[in-house]
Amino acid sequence: MSAAAKLSPAPIRGYLRADGRKGLRNVVIVAYLVECAHHVAREIALPLRDQDVHVIGFPGCYPNPYAQKMMERLATHPNVGAALLVSLGCESFDKYGLERAVRASGRPLKTLVIQAVGGTRRTIEEGRAWGAEQRAALDAMATVPMRLDELVIGTVCGGSDGTSGITGNPAAGRAFDQLVDAGAACIFEETGELIGCEHIMAARAATPDLARELEGSVAKAARYYATLGYGSFAVGNADGGLSTIEEKSMGAYAKSGSSKISGLLKPGDIPPRGGLYLLDVVPDGEVRFGFPNINDNAEIAELMACGAHVNLFITGRGSVVGSAISPVIKICANPETYRRMEDDMDVDAGRILQGRATLDQVGSEIVDLIVGLGNGARTKSEAMGHQEFILTYKSFEPIGPSCLPAA
Amino acid sequence: MDADPRLLLLHPDDNVFVARDQIAKGESIAIGGRKHELDFDLRLGHKIARRDIAAGERILKYGAPIGRATRAIATGEHVHVHNVVSDYTPTYVIENGGKAA
Repeated sequence: MSAAAKLSPAPIRGYLRADGRKGLRNVVIVAYLVECAHHVAREIALPLRDQDVHVIGFPGCYPNPYAQKMMERLATHPNVGAALLVSLGCESFDKYGLERAVRASGRPLKTLVIQAVGGTRRTIEEGRAWGAEQRAALDAMATVPMRLDELVIGTVCGGSDGTSGITGNPAAGRAFDQLVDAGAACIFEETGELIGCEHIMAARAATPDLARELEGSVAKAARYYATLGYGSFAVGNADGGLSTIEEKSMGAYAKSGSSKISGLLKPGDIPPRGGLYLLDVVPDGEVRFGFPNINDNAEIAELMACGAHVNLFITGRGSVVGSAISPVIKICANPETYRRMEDDMDVDAGRILQGRATLDQVGSEIVDLIVGLGNGARTKSEAMGHQEFILTYKSFEPIGPSCLPAA
Repeated sequence: MDADPRLLLLHPDDNVFVARDQIAKGESIAIGGRKHELDFDLRLGHKIARRDIAAGERILKYGAPIGRATRAIATGEHVHVHNVVSDYTPTYVIENGGKAA
């Protein structure tokens, strides 16, 4: 029997939001709306950094609908309890649109416009006072029971090597299989790291339309990379034993598990129901903004914008990243890396290579960790205060309702 | 097919093994009942030829093609960017001066 099946119907505790969604965390976000406001936002959050006050933001400055949608989704993420927007005053970002979205979500909101408040010092003082006030109010909020089918879980791999596709990624895939069975929405991504396995993946699509869309999203990634002359393959991947993008892809693909694929999402699309979804992260249209996902944190931000409460991060070479807003569970595929970087790793999947654990055992361990996070436990990166966040420019066209799919 | 326990076969169709441990240069490993002395350090996660592979032949791992051999590869040889090329996008590594492998 799987770990998920053994669980009670409401094994975790969550924070209920006005829209009915529940969060595992009750974070106050301090969001800068342009790079010019970044320092002030960070200074506001600094004394509260160990109290779930997180900095996110968009460097700007010219308007971008993708960044707008990302910021709106992130500021109303189920793990977010209140939002402080820090504006310089003259940026192109549509702060009124973001304010409307946060207000409509029922969350406490404050906007500080640095030019109007009177500069760095005054804005920091006002921001810190508001942040502390919100923190205290949110800390008094009661939790409610939350079921596994109310969870959205993302998965991303980074710093991959020859062990990633053998231990960490397939173990995350087993966790995904259990979570999808339990009714959760699970999202895998990075279409540029599915080059070479698009046909295998399409065979798992729930409908023929979706199969075409899945193949199309990978073909788009391949075209995009061909134009840029560089793909999703880093020097460390080769050093770790991976020889080609399709070899890296086969390993990355394993983290999707074996469930049928229910839909295709673009960054910021909320899965309408439980099931397994592919997140298409490569921009639509002509190549305009350079490399689609310049680092792993950009992918984590996109998974969070789709509502991911937790992200599974599988690494072979080693990574120390966490994130603002959603906890990151780091699954180490390589036993030697785990030995060196144990403080940063939540799961030692390299045991599989040494015959000390099976894929199913590690998969269940990952599910149990997620349940633990919903009962107050912290990931290694959370406990160490990691709050990486990055948001850049992209452009996407909305996806048709049949492949999202609609509820 | 007998193989050294430090080598992992991911799929019966594969023509490569994956190292599940470090195997140092000069060590002897068994593949298909025959001994092969390694003339390179085989690192964890790297690939080694399970049988002779012809130039242009597909490299199979996880039972799926992951690229083609750029030259003949003998049983027990290291299979990596120096003798494998992608069918999709080239692999750029520092060792080959940023040139496509």
